[in-house]
Amino acid sequence: MPMADWLRGGRNRDKVRDDAAQWVKCPSCGEVLYRPDLSANLDVCARCSHHFRMRAHDRILSLVDGDFEEIARGVLPADPLAWTDKKSYPQKLAADAEKSGMDEAVLCGFARIGGFEVALGVMDFHFRGGTMGSVVGERLTRLIEAATERGVPCTIFTASGGARMEEGMLALMQMAKTTAAVLRLKASGQPLIIVLTDPTTGGVSASFAFQGDVIIAERNAMIGFAGRRVIEQTIRQRLPDRFQTAEFLLERGHIDAVVERANLKPTLERLLGYARAGLQRRKRAELSA
Amino acid sequence: MNPLLEREKGLLELERRIEDLRAASEGKGVDMSAEIASLESKYRQLLAELFGSLTPWEKVHMARHPRRPTALDYIAGFDAFDELHGDRMFRDDPAIVGGFARLGGHAIVAIGQQRGRDMKENLARNFGMSTPEGYRKGERLAELAERFNLPLVTFVDTKGADPGILSEEHAQSEAIARSLEVFAGLKVPTLCVVIGEGGSGGALALAIADRVLMLEHSVYSVASPEGCAAILWGDASKADEAAAHLKLTAGDLRGFGIVDEVIPEPLGGAHRDPAATVTRVLDRVGALLDVLETYSLRDLLDARYEKYRHLGSWRDAVAGSDGAT
Repeated sequence: MPMADWLRGGRNRDKVRDDAAQWVKCPSCGEVLYRPDLSANLDVCARCSHHFRMRAHDRILSLVDGDFEEIARGVLPADPLAWTDKKSYPQKLAADAEKSGMDEAVLCGFARIGGFEVALGVMDFHFRGGTMGSVVGERLTRLIEAATERGVPCTIFTASGGARMEEGMLALMQMAKTTAAVLRLKASGQPLIIVLTDPTTGGVSASFAFQGDVIIAERNAMIGFAGRRVIEQTIRQRLPDRFQTAEFLLERGHIDAVVERANLKPTLERLLGYARAGLQRRKRAELSA
Repeated sequence: MNPLLEREKGLLELERRIEDLRAASEGKGVDMSAEIASLESKYRQLLAELFGSLTPWEKVHMARHPRRPTALDYIAGFDAFDELHGDRMFRDDPAIVGGFARLGGHAIVAIGQQRGRDMKENLARNFGMSTPEGYRKGERLAELAERFNLPLVTFVDTKGADPGILSEEHAQSEAIARSLEVFAGLKVPTLCVVIGEGGSGGALALAIADRVLMLEHSVYSVASPEGCAAILWGDASKADEAAAHLKLTAGDLRGFGIVDEVIPEPLGGAHRDPAATVTRVLDRVGALLDVLETYSLRDLLDARYEKYRHLGSWRDAVAGSDGAT
């Protein structure tokens, strides 16, 4: 299927709504925003610059030059623990698929950004809170391995509540699996560029998200290992509002930069340019050797 | 309090009575062997009744039993141990212990997660929950193993990584993420034993290894049962229910291929015979180190990659078949 069709299909699925749903209230400044305007502004509030959580399809459209060649589409969730609480795990998956237009919490593929070929993985918080189970781990591992094989940089946009409980230890092991693939990518000389988006926590922040050679974060994204509630329960006091924000992490030296959404594409293009320059230097050295 | 302590009271009472009878029969020269044998048979019966089959939630309590052997108990069983301290940057985290060691013919580096054996030690060791400094110490010692070209053995026993303010400020995520990288790529044989509780990413940080062993009544889970219940149902008190769902027992994980080998425990748990448990574990570690020494480094690293590469469970819509595991 041509890229534009499925991407826009994924995006439009939840946009066909009645008129009332065309209006959104900004949770930060209270401004009432017209949804098409909001979309045109990359899901950023025109008044206060609040960054809404972006859908993976919209994210990809906002970044890539032309086509997006999706890989690992056929990798779909199973139910290894036969998990049932209030609902069965397959029922939860089906409900999230219906609501989000995604079939899992990540889209992976190859594209060009500013002319540079890149392996691009984009997580989507709207599917199971972006949690990493076997499918997220497998799709990302295939992406990283394919980047290594093709000799192109890998960029992953993270948005995740951590490991997915309903897949138990198989979910935790995806941290090990993706790590092993990241090591091979790095050994091949290709960089891993991470963009942390709201929110990134738990097993995702404690694996590939913080294994990036370059780690940038979207403005005001919540990023941490332990969830805010867990910490507050442990220490029995309220945390300051800024705690675990991208800006807080920048001050503490954990990340390279905080970037406004509108500047992400040009920032990525420049970073990919530096990566290309280094690669060309290596090739020249190999030729003259 | 650990509910197993209450349940063990009857056993302890029988133990005391058997001991008394023995002392009395020796002191007075009266033959009480029939009475002793009868009590011993009752003891074995009760033991089997209480511990013959444990639910996952009971195994969680077994893994957390205050008298269960800890990392330092296994380390004490080594033929030699020279402890090394600190992360070279900020602090020496007492929740992680490590150093050079000798086990039979092997010189190794050993790292263990150390919880406390009583309240005072638990406070000192933060209940075995490592801060980023602990993981950085672990990374440093793992890299030291590579520098010295020595195999690495780790003992996992933690509820999870420390979830405090300072740990967040000191980049807990980065510390664990980097630890995973170090362990995944370490150019020496690596072996991990889950001896108690393996809680989430905080455990995995020391648990990527060529061979992962697990004591029979240890548990290893994506989140602690309390954490899982809080995350899914907003109610940590439903931990028993979460434990039943999580497939966190050694047998479950052996089935998934996550754990390579399950080491049996004495009936009633490792703490009923700590010396025998330590010996059994260290014997197995020594034997597996012998096996790992027969691999070339290339084969070792390839096998390690493949092992983790295939973990997971998914449907493959294109191939029309199920994924690995």
